[in-house]
Amino acid sequence: MTPGILTIIVLVLTMAGYILGRRRALAVAKRDGVRLHSLPGHYGQAVALFTAVPALLLMGAWLFLQPLLIENQISSQIPDSVIPEGGARSLVMADVRRIAGGLDRLVEAGSFGEDDLSSMRADFTSVRGRLAEVGVALGSDVAPAVFDAAESYRGIANTSSLLRNAAVLATALGFGFLALRRIRPTLRARNVSETFIRSLLIGSSLVAILTTFGIVASLLFETIHFFRLYPARDFFFSTVWNPQFRGGSDLGILPLLWGTFYVSLVALLLAVPIGLMIAVYLAEYSGKALRSFAKPAIEILAGIPTIVYGLFALITVGPFLRDWIAQPLGLGSSSSSVLTAGLVMGIMLIPFVSSLSDDVINAVPQAMRDGSYGLGATQSETIMRVIMPAALPGIVGAILLAASRAIGETMIVVMGAGAAARLGLNPLEAMTTVTVKIVSQLTGDTEFASPETLVAFALGLTLFVFTLGLNILALYIVRKYREQYE
Amino acid sequence: MNMLTDAAVEETLQSGSKPAASKMAGKDVTVHYGEKQALFGVNLEVPERQVMALIGPSGCGKSTFLRCLNRMNDTIDICRVGGSILLDGEDIYDPRIDVVELRARVGMVFQKPNPFPKSIYENVAYGPRIHGLASKKSEFDEVVETSLQKAGLFNEVKDRLQEPGTGLSGGQQQRLCIARAIAVSPEVILMDEPCSALDPIATAKVEELIDELRENYTIVIVTHSMQQAARVSQRTAMFHLGNLVEEGPTDKMFTNPDDKRTQDYITGRFG
Ligand SMILES: Nc1ncnc2c1ncn2[C@@H]1O[C@H](COP(=O)(O)OP(=O)(O)OP(=O)(O)O)[C@@H](O)[C@H]1O
Ligand SMILES: [Mg+2]
Repeated sequence: MTPGILTIIVLVLTMAGYILGRRRALAVAKRDGVRLHSLPGHYGQAVALFTAVPALLLMGAWLFLQPLLIENQISSQIPDSVIPEGGARSLVMADVRRIAGGLDRLVEAGSFGEDDLSSMRADFTSVRGRLAEVGVALGSDVAPAVFDAAESYRGIANTSSLLRNAAVLATALGFGFLALRRIRPTLRARNVSETFIRSLLIGSSLVAILTTFGIVASLLFETIHFFRLYPARDFFFSTVWNPQFRGGSDLGILPLLWGTFYVSLVALLLAVPIGLMIAVYLAEYSGKALRSFAKPAIEILAGIPTIVYGLFALITVGPFLRDWIAQPLGLGSSSSSVLTAGLVMGIMLIPFVSSLSDDVINAVPQAMRDGSYGLGATQSETIMRVIMPAALPGIVGAILLAASRAIGETMIVVMGAGAAARLGLNPLEAMTTVTVKIVSQLTGDTEFASPETLVAFALGLTLFVFTLGLNILALYIVRKYREQYE
Repeated sequence: MNMLTDAAVEETLQSGSKPAASKMAGKDVTVHYGEKQALFGVNLEVPERQVMALIGPSGCGKSTFLRCLNRMNDTIDICRVGGSILLDGEDIYDPRIDVVELRARVGMVFQKPNPFPKSIYENVAYGPRIHGLASKKSEFDEVVETSLQKAGLFNEVKDRLQEPGTGLSGGQQQRLCIARAIAVSPEVILMDEPCSALDPIATAKVEELIDELRENYTIVIVTHSMQQAARVSQRTAMFHLGNLVEEGPTDKMFTNPDDKRTQDYITGRFG
């Protein structure tokens, strides 16, 4: 029985539990001639929840833990002799898993009985061929110890799956019956299902929070690893970025931070004024009909994949700036430049600024406008002196959110600004950013052991700290603004 | 009539009998919100330097009429105004009239206090600033102080003029809004239920203030409180279903109205 079928069975039991619970509640109430504390449906829900939740939780835990436990046990079975020179135990374990899977498939296909397996044990050369038939390609012939390990892997996996099925079904039935037995008119079934639902919701939010913690923890862990191999002072204060895969590289973050800052600055210089003017126009001047059309139309910009913006930068904006501005002015001859990436990123950010600011401006109470018009202010006076100041914190929040988008953007930079780390002021030269370097340090098959690859995590953590800071600032400002009218 | 104190009755009797020139006048005013007609040919004169109260059941068009008087209805897209409204004999809906200047002459105080999210000082200085009524710091200081004083708020806030106006109590906020309106030296002040968000003590203060303002300003006030109308106004106009039912000296309206609907409304039989 696969986990999928098992889940379906549990769900069927759950449904049955609901119906039985509801019926029993009604029957008990009738027999005792009293009123039920909750609606009959609530009793059904309680039974259903007791049937489904513990069983599914058990199954989840089992599915998560079983491979870990089996792996541990098998891997201690494999003698060191079969591990090839310079290879890793984990590679051999991968083979074991694949062979076990292949054998499962052979047995399933029916071409093969369990007893054939023992004969196969005697003749190793055929193993590779037979497995290839079911699509499991092995690099070399199988060592006896590995084959044995695969066999016992299968054995343990099979028994523990059986155990799992039994345990899950027993839990579902057991808890279901218990809940069914507990039903009496005074049972506060409504509170039971409310509590259950609340814990479910809390659980879901925990998943998100724990994931964040997990990401930060892994970043932190690898970063510490990196700083053991490479001095933190050089990382933060060196102005040279020159990784050498043979060792002895300079990994200074400053050129990358500068590139990130410069590109984002150009982008925001374009996006903020245009976005704000769009927002003011939409919120204060345009009619309802135009607004309901224009706002979604502008938001489409936000839905374009950034790689498409990247293409636009690479093919259109870059060559245009080079041919019409950089070369005539003698400022550079590369089509990748800070200006290219910044301008294209700015276009991408316009809807972030305009849409959020428009919402914020709209949220300024009509009473503010009335008050100002009532004193004889014109529309633009009202906007400049009352609405914008009132909306300012929210607008700052919108800008900061756009800024954190800009800092984290990768694709547009790779295709627009290039990949050359450089500290310079000329916006028509190629430069690069933190995110681009994270990608390029991790591309290719290297182990995460050298400072050249581990630096990616330190870069990532730095970036994370920056954007987190910006986001917290933005949230703080937005929150402050909300309090103003309450 | 048992709801009015004797003093209030006497007050209204005296002041209501004073003859007064008309400051504003509506002639055959009609208002449509889209297809829906909200006012049907209203003729009403607002006497100078007196308080006129507009009363009537909810939805009868009091606010609509009030908003016509300084063209605040212009800010509502679907609103169309017909007929004419005169301020000192000039039609304010004439295309030659500058609505900015009009609103400086006819100020407005709203139902809910709506101070700007600025300092108390800046709230009051806002009007003079946009109309260029003051230029030096000392001039602004003076306008702010006298306006707050006239609104009876100065002593309460003189030590915290730089604090946000939104931090005041509801009653103080409403008086701040009145000070803000006074700061541009209007001739007429329109008030739409200015006390409906206030407690009785704050209400009493605002009513007292209205009574004092009558010396210098013409005031039109919409109210749902009959006692308030009787306490502060010299003339009262009764609206019903978009029509002006009757208009007259407040004491007469409350003791001996011509129209049965007025009688019924005042004694609480409908509305
Ligand atoms: N902005 C608007 N759009 C459409 N209809 C409106 C608008 N404002 C008012 N109306 C309509 O005009 C009529 C008169 O409204 P108005 O606000 O003048 O009543 P009111 O006498 O002030 O009532 P209340 O005492 O409840 O404030 C009502 O029927 C109302 O539905
Ligand atoms: Mg009203």
